[in-house]
Amino acid sequence: MRKWKHSVDLFELLRILLALVIAIGVSALLILITSETPLYSLSVFLFAPFEKLKYFSNVLEMMIPLTFTGLSLCIVYQSKNFSLIADGCFYMGAVVASFVAIKFVLPVGLHPFVAMVIAGIVGGIIGVLPGIIKIKWQANELVSSLMMNYIFYFLGLYIINYFLRDPQASVFASYKFNPTFALPRILEGTRLHVGFLIAMASVVLVYFYIYKTKWGYELRVVGDNLNFAKYSGINTAKVLIVSQFIAGTLAGVGGAIEMSGMYKRFIWDSPASYAWDGVIIALLTKNNPKYVPFAAFFLSYLRIGADLMSRRSDVDNQIIAIIQAVIILLIAAEHFLAKWRLKSENKTAKDKYITANLEG
Amino acid sequence: MTEIIKMDKITKIYPGGVVANYQVDFSLKEGEIHALVGENGAGKSTLMKMLFGMQRPTEGAIYLKGNPIVMKSSQDALNYGIGMVHQHFMLVPSLTVAENIVLGSEIKGKFFLDQKKAIEATKALAKKYKLSIDANVKVRDISVSQKQKVEILKALYRGAKIIILDEPTAVLTPQEIVELFEQLKLLKQSGHTIVFISHKLHEIKKLCDRMTIMRDGRSVGVYEVDKVTEQEISRLMVGRDVKLDIDKPEKHVGETFLDVKDVTYVDELGKTAVNKVSFSIRKGEILGIAGIEGNGQSELIELVTGMKKPTMGEIYVNQHPITQLGIKKIRQLGVAHIPEDRMETGIAPKMDVASNFIADKYDNAPFVKNKFLLDYKKIAVFAKDLIASFNVKTEGEKTLVSGLSGGNIQKVVVGREFSSDSELLVINQPTRGIDVGAIEFIRKKIIERRSNGNAVLLASADLNEILSLSDALIVMNSGHIVGYFPEASEITEEEMGLYMLGVKTQTAEEIRRACHA
Repeated sequence: MRKWKHSVDLFELLRILLALVIAIGVSALLILITSETPLYSLSVFLFAPFEKLKYFSNVLEMMIPLTFTGLSLCIVYQSKNFSLIADGCFYMGAVVASFVAIKFVLPVGLHPFVAMVIAGIVGGIIGVLPGIIKIKWQANELVSSLMMNYIFYFLGLYIINYFLRDPQASVFASYKFNPTFALPRILEGTRLHVGFLIAMASVVLVYFYIYKTKWGYELRVVGDNLNFAKYSGINTAKVLIVSQFIAGTLAGVGGAIEMSGMYKRFIWDSPASYAWDGVIIALLTKNNPKYVPFAAFFLSYLRIGADLMSRRSDVDNQIIAIIQAVIILLIAAEHFLAKWRLKSENKTAKDKYITANLEG
Repeated sequence: MTEIIKMDKITKIYPGGVVANYQVDFSLKEGEIHALVGENGAGKSTLMKMLFGMQRPTEGAIYLKGNPIVMKSSQDALNYGIGMVHQHFMLVPSLTVAENIVLGSEIKGKFFLDQKKAIEATKALAKKYKLSIDANVKVRDISVSQKQKVEILKALYRGAKIIILDEPTAVLTPQEIVELFEQLKLLKQSGHTIVFISHKLHEIKKLCDRMTIMRDGRSVGVYEVDKVTEQEISRLMVGRDVKLDIDKPEKHVGETFLDVKDVTYVDELGKTAVNKVSFSIRKGEILGIAGIEGNGQSELIELVTGMKKPTMGEIYVNQHPITQLGIKKIRQLGVAHIPEDRMETGIAPKMDVASNFIADKYDNAPFVKNKFLLDYKKIAVFAKDLIASFNVKTEGEKTLVSGLSGGNIQKVVVGREFSSDSELLVINQPTRGIDVGAIEFIRKKIIERRSNGNAVLLASADLNEILSLSDALIVMNSGHIVGYFPEASEITEEEMGLYMLGVKTQTAEEIRRACHA
């Protein structure tokens, strides 16, 4: 049994790795076909992020928001409440943090912290909304969350436009953040900031929450079988609300950290769409926070590689969209490699059956 | 008689690695009634689903009159003249009997179904096979036994020469079973071949010509029915001699623990599923609820456990009214619940055995440390204990529940519920679809809890089980209690059948005896 279980885990790992390889292969093929300098483009895409510390640091910087939305979506998917409100939470987290950054002057260190706390609370409250609507009126959380994302996107734009917009700026931008708001850098000569450490600490905390606490246990039971959770006496509505709050908080904090770590003004006139990256990460990690940093690193690496490639060669960085599409397709397609698994599963099942029933 | 069907070395492995059939040989002679016998989970239904095209064999071949056939769907099977009547009927309740029978192979008018022709065809068919049925009524308004007739007619209408009946008697009363057997014998006379899936030996003795016995996914032999005794069949089915009767020590009843007062439940569709039901259970006794499925037993169980809230009336557990309480509170009052459908409500399939054991007690003292962390060491010890004492066949406490067999999953459910400090056990279908060893074990555990002074409310579709386990008995028909029997051992299955059908009803006076306090 142990061996068999092991082979299933191994199978899942192989499946994901193969999906990644195929996705990169497809994009490599596209680059080779379309580029004037195919080999150069490809080598920039695959290896340039390692060229300089600055590039590599870019990879780590981009991991930060991906890690937060990835964790958020892991929790959301664990609860089987397929809400994508994390997008709205992340965006509003950034808006609220910008408000704190511009309207308040606080001591260094405390300033970004206060922004994170407020953004987290706002994110959490927003995160709970689709869940509440579902509990009260059985509205599908996927639909309501997608629609609410628009509401919060426009609410965020309204706040920036009417309270924080810098009329002097030639493009859409808020006033400059107060300098006390900036998060300290952790690597000389790069923009890598303390947010990276907070992200990694969050990975540990979320793992702890899901797998070590009684609340995480409740969450997993609710996600695995809602009827069973009710029957066992678990307060399923409470579990749903608490978990969605935590998920929303993570996304909100992610938005705030992105602002204080990477930006001097608020300049997002369209949603950052990190929630969708969160979905990819949750898929890649099977909702286990333990693997989120790896998946975030992978996605981030590809993006930085594609960015560098588009700057230096004739290939557009939209190639990333193709890679992601192929990955999602292959991993979401349950039957991808299923025959191969079935064959080996059938063989072990038969062997097991024979030892159990026909011998001895 | 010629061999019409031959299934040759059939192996079926379900996704997830459950071996349901292993190298099974099965054959049918034209014009016989062939019993397919075996305990629940022996692989009978799987084998027949393959013969009916609903599942495809992993290995092996099927021959029709010597020619190999491959069926991709049940439509293919019907084209080959093979029909099946499932345990759970596949009918459209809002359509009439005639419409249901012709559904899928309608005689069309210009645009619409030709109602007249459909009704004529149904009547002709019913007459031909002497299956009396009203073609014009809606299926939702007819009884279970009539629905079964509709299913049989449906198969015949499609030209089935071979008809598979999956445990047709499970939903019928003893009187209806007699009628069904007459009809099946008529079908046999008209040249049809019938497969009769069952695990009730006396029925097979009465009806069938030959039998194939299955055990643990294999065929253990084909026999002429009149050449083997029931005892032999039973031994072949189980692989050892089964003790069918249960040792039950004298009961010692204590005070009333559960008191149900005038409870009515109207379901979402406006149907009064439970109608002014009152009864009580004392400590140390088992009260059985008998009835044909769908007469309010399941709803009653869910009302007592808090899964549903009554429309009217009150339920008292140890004198506390519970209808306003959540399930957790009700459990804390000492109620344990073994649900009807273990896969649907009884387990979290993708979690391990240990996690399933603690679902009702994970947030209490021994399993939580530092206020909110789970103490996995203590949970593992607890789980190992339960695995040993409930004889759960698993690699260990970390194995996913979905990887266990039905009987072992049920033991996980029973183990969890019996390990809480409960004083009232509410049990629905304790042994449905599990192996004999597990059945015996679970029944013994139920008796054990009764001897320890627990009150037990037991519902089961298995009449034999309910008669032999219960001390007292109530019978339900369309939401009402129609009979109360203080001594379950004094009533026969036939007598109970009359009450279940609603033919007999006790007086209000007699039924009131079900309340003790």
